[in-house]
Amino acid sequence: MESIFSLVLAKANYAAYIILMMIGLYAMIAKNNLIKKIVGMSIFQTAVILFYVSIGCKKGATIPILRHHGHPEPVGHAAENAGAHAMDAAHGAEKVVAHAVDAAHNAVHVADYINPLPHVLMLTAIVVGVATLGVALALAIRVYNTYGTLEEDEINQQLRSG
Amino acid sequence: MKILGKLTILLCGVLLMVFAMEFPNWGDPESPASTHLSPYFIQHTMEDTAVPNIVTSVLADYRGYDTMFETTVILTAGLACFLLLRIERKKIPHRYYRHEPTGVTLRMEGEKYPKNSAVFQRMDANWVPYDFVISRTCRLIIPFIQIFALYVVAHGHHSPGGGFQGGVIMGASVILFAISHNLRTSIKNFSEKTAALFSVTGVFIYAGTGALCLLFGEVFLNYSALAPILGGDRVMARSHGILVVEIGVAVAVTAVMIWIYYNLSSAGKQDEGL
Repeated sequence: MESIFSLVLAKANYAAYIILMMIGLYAMIAKNNLIKKIVGMSIFQTAVILFYVSIGCKKGATIPILRHHGHPEPVGHAAENAGAHAMDAAHGAEKVVAHAVDAAHNAVHVADYINPLPHVLMLTAIVVGVATLGVALALAIRVYNTYGTLEEDEINQQLRSG
Repeated sequence: MKILGKLTILLCGVLLMVFAMEFPNWGDPESPASTHLSPYFIQHTMEDTAVPNIVTSVLADYRGYDTMFETTVILTAGLACFLLLRIERKKIPHRYYRHEPTGVTLRMEGEKYPKNSAVFQRMDANWVPYDFVISRTCRLIIPFIQIFALYVVAHGHHSPGGGFQGGVIMGASVILFAISHNLRTSIKNFSEKTAALFSVTGVFIYAGTGALCLLFGEVFLNYSALAPILGGDRVMARSHGILVVEIGVAVAVTAVMIWIYYNLSSAGKQDEGL
């Protein structure tokens, strides 16, 4: 029992997206009103976005923006600095230690940052989704202007009789 | 039909749930999605493009083609709304005017209508009185929303943000103006022609930046070729090139959002609307 519970908890993100997707798909298949179908399509889209974003998540990682300390030094500069630090070493060992700590701080660890790719894909998908939702609503307006209704069965009836 | 639909959906859901159990756990650092391609982006962004925000650098540089055509898709959506709703122009048979000093409402029919003035004011058919508090509050906060939108665009290299987000915020500020006042006032300030011109300009800036790289002897959208114009070394040129492209995206997204709103809220007539 314990293991099943922990298994479900470890895959909770998939459960959330599947439930959202089922709601959206049901609205698209079973609803009679075109606007409700469009709403269902939007919910379906949200489910896919949630799925992608949850895939990009990593435990113990932060947002994909590097903690940086300015522009990375060109190689020549770094060598000069190393030389200067070697001379500094005669004056005091502390500065060298500080430099080493700084260098370790600048190194990028992959495990520290979440996967940026799903975020990139979904960023554009959200805006494109809004734009295509506009097209869907425009089509709905045209259908209403032509048939005087947004109910699918009434439109079908008019098509058959006319 | 409804029962059949419910059964199909339930079957789909159960099947998906069964196979989802084989997927990697939530937040697993060793999952296939985060072990193949993304480590390269995380480790090389700084030396390739000098942009700390990995999402921005992947969006506008590594996957520049994809984003260019996403912007084109948004432009196409705006054009589709325009062509669906705007082409068939039916004349509204009558208009309503309000005589301010006396408060009399007039219904006018015919071809010629009086010009709008402070005394003789045009009204929507389903007119609601202006709410003073709402319109003044919106006038106060809209400039701040727009400054925030510019910040989101300009600071996309170092914090969450970029062309798409900033463009949507900018578009939302104009839509807020249209909702809090009326559609005609908004169109007077930001006309449909401006929206169409800006949405094309945005895509043109993006594609033009790519084409400029061709002129400098590099491949399409390789911004490091622009180092002689933009200044700095080839890595910083990529960073500046990303900014130029993001500005193009922001202009296109802003204009298309406003354009779609104008057409949808007035069903293409752009005369009376929300």
